[in-house]
Amino acid sequence: MADKTTLQYTAEHEWVLVDGDVATVGITAYAAEKLGDVVFVDLPGAGDTVASGKVVGEIESTKSVGELFAPVDGEIVESNQAVVDAPELVNSDPFGEGWLIKVKFASLPVLLTFAEYSALVGE
Amino acid sequence: MTEERFSPLHQRHLGLGASFTDFAGWMMPVRYSSDLAEHHAVRAAAGLFDLSHMGEILVLGPEASDALDYALAGKLSAIAIGQAKYSLLLARDGGIVDDLVVYRTGQDRYLVVANASNREAVASELRDRSSPFDCEVQDESDDIALIAVQGPRALEILREVPGVHVADLEDLKYYWSATGHFGEHALLVARTGYTGEDGFELYLAPEAAPALWDALLETGAGSGLVPAGLASRDTLRLEAGMPLYGHELGLETLPVQAGLGRVVNLKKEGDFVGRGAVEAGPDEGARVLVGLAAAGRRAGRAGYVVFDSESEVGIITSGALSPTLGHPVAMAYVDPASAEAGTELLIDVRGTRVPATVVSLPFYKREAI
Repeated sequence: MADKTTLQYTAEHEWVLVDGDVATVGITAYAAEKLGDVVFVDLPGAGDTVASGKVVGEIESTKSVGELFAPVDGEIVESNQAVVDAPELVNSDPFGEGWLIKVKFASLPVLLTFAEYSALVGE
Repeated sequence: MTEERFSPLHQRHLGLGASFTDFAGWMMPVRYSSDLAEHHAVRAAAGLFDLSHMGEILVLGPEASDALDYALAGKLSAIAIGQAKYSLLLARDGGIVDDLVVYRTGQDRYLVVANASNREAVASELRDRSSPFDCEVQDESDDIALIAVQGPRALEILREVPGVHVADLEDLKYYWSATGHFGEHALLVARTGYTGEDGFELYLAPEAAPALWDALLETGAGSGLVPAGLASRDTLRLEAGMPLYGHELGLETLPVQAGLGRVVNLKKEGDFVGRGAVEAGPDEGARVLVGLAAAGRRAGRAGYVVFDSESEVGIITSGALSPTLGHPVAMAYVDPASAEAGTELLIDVRGTRVPATVVSLPFYKREAI
C-alpha cells in the first residue's frame, strides 16, 4: 500500500503515484467509502490515449456510479485486471491492490498535496 | 429547507461508525460497514434497521373505521384487531399521495405508518377526510421510534431479548401485530417489513429505543445480526419487488399502473377518495410497472431510458446489481405493448445499450417456512 502522505491527489478524489514518466492512479479511501461497495469497474485498455479531466472509466457501487477521470494527458500502459475481476479491491485496499490505471505522461499538471486533499474532504 | 432531524438512535449510529445520508430531512445511516455485507446478513441471518424517521399517525374514535374506509383505498373496517394492511392514500384524480401500512390496534383505533417524506401530507389529508366522522387524527411521529429486525433469524433473536415481553410471539402471523412491553415501556410488535424476509417492526417511545437497540444487537450478535443501513434496505426491497414512494409510486401514477390494483377495494360500499378515477382507469396506453433482468454487471438505474429494437418504450425507476442474484435488476415503467414477461428490451446505460428481459416481480422470494 502506497504511503498516502507522499501521493498526489485530484479534486475528483483520485490519487496519483508518480514513478518516472508513469502515473499510477486509483480512487481515494474517501471516495470508495462514499460510493459504497464497488461491484463493477470499467477501465480503458492499454494503448488508449487519455486527456486530463476527461472521463476514462466507471466505478459502480450497488447504490451509485462514479466516474474515473484521467489526471494527466497520456497513454494507458496498463489497467488493473485484478480490480475488474474483483471490484471489491477498490474498497478493501484503495491505495494498494485497488489501483486502477497506469498512464505514461509527458508532463505532469499541478496536483493536490496530501494536506490540500485532506483539507478538501475535511479530514 | 428545515433543520436537519436526528433519530433517537443517532448516538448509537455514531458509535457504530455509520455513514449518514439525508433522507426526507433526516440524517439516517446509509451503511455501517458494507452495503453488501448488510444485505447478505438480512438474507442469511438478520439485520437491525432504525426507521424512526417514518411517520406514525393515529386515527381513533367511534367512526375511525368509517373515516379510513373513506380516506384510503382499502377496506380498513374489514381487518381484525391486531391485523395490519398495506394500503394507499389516493388523490381525487387517483394518483398516489402515499403508500401506507395500517395497523388496527383496537376497535376504534388505527395506527397509520407513512413514509417520512409524506408524513405531513398524510396527516393533513387524513384530518381533512375524517372531519365528517366522529374520530380524531393525531400525528404521533415525534413520540414513536421504530426499529426493525429482519431476516430468517429475527424470531429466534427477538424472543430472547431481555426485557421484551410479548405473548405468543412465535404464533404472530405475517401482517399481524401484538402489544407487549419492553421493560416499563409499551411496545407494538408487528410481523411486517420491507426486505422480503421474515421479520418484525417494533414501535415504542423514543426514550426507550436506545436500550432496545442495544439489547437486540447484543442478543443477536451470536446469530449473525448486524446493524443495516438504508442502502441495503433499498437493494433488499428492490429484490423483493416492493415499490418505493418517489420512485415507483407518485401523484402521476394510478395504482393499477404500479401493479397495485389489488390494494384498491372497489367492492367496498360507499365512496372513497379517488374511487371515480380508479374506476375510470388510466389513459389508453399508460405505462405499467415491470421487472427487468439483465446479464453482466452494469445495472440500469433510476432515470435510465428503456428501448425496444426501434424506439423508447419506458424508463427505469429503481435499479441495481442484485446482491442476492448476482445480476442487474430494475423496475421500470414501460408501454403496455412491451410489458409482457419475456419481452426483450434494451437499457441505455450511459450510452451503451444493454439487453434486458421483462420478468415478473418479485425478483427474489424467500423460501416458505
